[in-house]
Amino acid sequence: MSHQPPGGSQDEMLAVDGVSVWLSGREILHDVRFTLRRGEFAGLIGSNGAGKTTLLRVILGLQAPSSGTVRVNGQPRSLRPSMIGYVPQKILLDPDMPIRARDLVGLGLDGHRLGIPLPSPGRRKLVDEMLQAVGADRFGDARVGNLSGGEQQRVLIAHALISRPRLLLLDEPLANLDIASEQDVVTLLARLAKEQQIAVLISAHEMNPLLPVMDRVVYLAGGRAASGTADEVVRSDVLSKLYGQHVDVIHVHDRVLVVAGRGEVLGATHPDISVHREDPEIPRENHGISPEEPGASPDDPGASPDDPGDPGASREDPGAGREQQTGSRIVGSV
Amino acid sequence: MGHFFSVVVEPGFFQSEPVRLALVAGGVVAVVCGIVGSFAVIRGQSYAGHALADVSVTGGSASFLIGISPLWGFVGVGVVAAGIMDLIGIRRPRGRDLATGIVRGAGLGLAALFLYWDTTHSNTTGATITILFGSIFTISSSILPVVALLSALGVGIVAAIYRPLLLSSVSTELAAARGIPVRLVGLLCLIAISVAVSLSAMTIGAILSTALLIGPAATGMRLTSKPGLAMVWAALIGLAATWLGILLAWDSFYWPPARHGWPVSFFVVALVFIFYVLARQPAAWKARRAAARSGAARRAGVLAPVAPGTQQG
Repeated sequence: MSHQPPGGSQDEMLAVDGVSVWLSGREILHDVRFTLRRGEFAGLIGSNGAGKTTLLRVILGLQAPSSGTVRVNGQPRSLRPSMIGYVPQKILLDPDMPIRARDLVGLGLDGHRLGIPLPSPGRRKLVDEMLQAVGADRFGDARVGNLSGGEQQRVLIAHALISRPRLLLLDEPLANLDIASEQDVVTLLARLAKEQQIAVLISAHEMNPLLPVMDRVVYLAGGRAASGTADEVVRSDVLSKLYGQHVDVIHVHDRVLVVAGRGEVLGATHPDISVHREDPEIPRENHGISPEEPGASPDDPGASPDDPGDPGASREDPGAGREQQTGSRIVGSV
Repeated sequence: MGHFFSVVVEPGFFQSEPVRLALVAGGVVAVVCGIVGSFAVIRGQSYAGHALADVSVTGGSASFLIGISPLWGFVGVGVVAAGIMDLIGIRRPRGRDLATGIVRGAGLGLAALFLYWDTTHSNTTGATITILFGSIFTISSSILPVVALLSALGVGIVAAIYRPLLLSSVSTELAAARGIPVRLVGLLCLIAISVAVSLSAMTIGAILSTALLIGPAATGMRLTSKPGLAMVWAALIGLAATWLGILLAWDSFYWPPARHGWPVSFFVVALVFIFYVLARQPAAWKARRAAARSGAARRAGVLAPVAPGTQQG
C-alpha cells in the first residue's frame, strides 16, 4: 500500500490503480494498487480466497473492476489479449486429446485467428525456438495430456510467451508440482523475465519458493494488498495491518513463516497465544530473508529445525509448543 | 483376379443406381462426421452428440407427418436443440450434463408421439425403421444438393473456426484470455455437430448416427497425436466403414440361408467398432512388450548374482 515506485515511467508494464471488485454483494478486492516494471519478477501472495485469481482476471480484462483502473504498458484497454500472456490455474489436459506440446504452443501464436493453420517454416521455427527457450524441446512432439505437471507448466508458459507479451500472468503455477519441478519453473520464469524484459506476476499461496528470485511482493489478505520488496512487505507490522490482526513473521533458515494468533487483535484472549507474542529473539527486521545471508535466523538459537520458529514455546512447558501450533494458523508457509 | 472380384463384389453392385447414390451420399456424410466428430470427441461432447441424434428422431418423425424429407426434420430440430442446450448451459461441466439430458428427454418424448402418429394416422409403416435405422438405399438424387449444402456447412464451420475451437477445446480459460468468444465458438461447434449427426441419421439411422460421429474420430485419435492428421484419419476410417458396409449389405442379399439382405447400418457400425478395437491394439502390444521386457530384466537381475559366470560365457 505504501511503497510505490515512481510511477509513469516508460518502464512501467503494469499499473493497477485503486482497483476494487464487488461480486454478489461481497467486496473481493479493496483499493488494490501496485505497479510492475519491465523485467520485474513479482509474486502475488495470499491464502486461498484472498482474491488472487480475481485480481488476475481484472488485469486480463475478463473481470471488470467496480472502481479503479488497470493500465498495461501504459494503455488503458478493457481487453488486451496480445499484450498479456496468461497461464491459468491447473487446467486439465486429457491424455486422449490428439494435441502435441508444439500444437499448443503454436496456438499461442495464432489461436485467435480464423481458418486452418498452414504449415510454414517460419511458424515452425518460432515454435521450436519457444520450446527450446522453456526447455520443452525434448517433449515437443508428445501429447500435452501425457506430460508431467512440471512439463505441462513449461508448455503453457511457452504458449503464453510466444506472442511476445509485455506482461506474463501465472495463476498458482507451482500448485501440484513436486519440489524439484517447482524450483525448475521458478528459475525458468526468473530467467525469462530478465532475458525477454517482461514483467512476470505469479500468484501463489506459498511464497518461499519465490523468495530467492522475487523482485517484488504483492501481498493480498482480505481483499487488501501491500506491495513492495519482500523486506518491505513481509514484516509483522505491515502484514498485521493487512490482516487486521496481529501476525508474526518468523524466519527459519531461509524460509519465512507468517503466523497468526487466534483473534489476538480482536481482543479475545487465549492463554496459548501469549507464547508467541513479542519475542525479541525473532528477527523482525529486514534480514534473514535471502538465503545468501549467513547471519540470519539459522544462527538464531531459538529457531532450530526441531523447533520450527517458535523459541518462545521452550520457555513454557513442552506441551504448550504443540498447543500453540494447532491454536495458531500458519498463513504464509511451511 | 476377375473371378476373385466377382466373389467379393456380387453382380450388379456398380450398375445399381441406389448403390451409386448411397456410395456418394454415404461417403460425403462419413467424411463430414469424421471431421466434425473429432471436435466432439476432443471437447468431450460425445454425449451431446448422442443427445442431438436422439432429438433428431423427433424431427425425422415429424417430417413424415407433414410429408417432407426426413433430412430436413433431422437438421431443423437438431439445430434448434443445439441452441437450447447452449441456453441451458452446456458451457459448464455440470450444466452440460443437465442441458443434454433435459433436451434429450424432451425430444425423445415428442419422438414417441410422432412415431406413433406416423404408424397409426398416416400410412407410412416403414417410417420407424427408416428414421431409427436409416435408409441409405432409398436416398433420392433430389436430396443430393441438400446433402452437399449441409456437408459444406458442417465442415465449413469447423474449418473457419479451427484454431479458436481447438484452443477453447484444450482450455476455455486459455481461449478467453486470448479474447476468443468462447461461448459463440462453442455454439457454432454444437451446430456443426447437429448438422453432421443429421446427415449421419439419414444414412445409418438416428439411433446409430453417433457411431459414425464418435467411432472414427476416436479411432483417428489413437493413430496419431497430430490434431489435423487425426481428423484426416477419422474421415478415411468413416469412409472405409461406410463403403465397405454398403458393399457387404449388397453382398448379403446373396448370402444363405434367407437371401434377404442385412441392413447397411449394422455393417457400418460393426466395421467402425472393429476399426476402433484394431487401432487400440498397437498401444496394447507396446505396453505388453514393455512389461515383458521389464519382467525379463528383473529376472535377469535376480539371476545375475547367482551365476556370474554366464556373463563371460
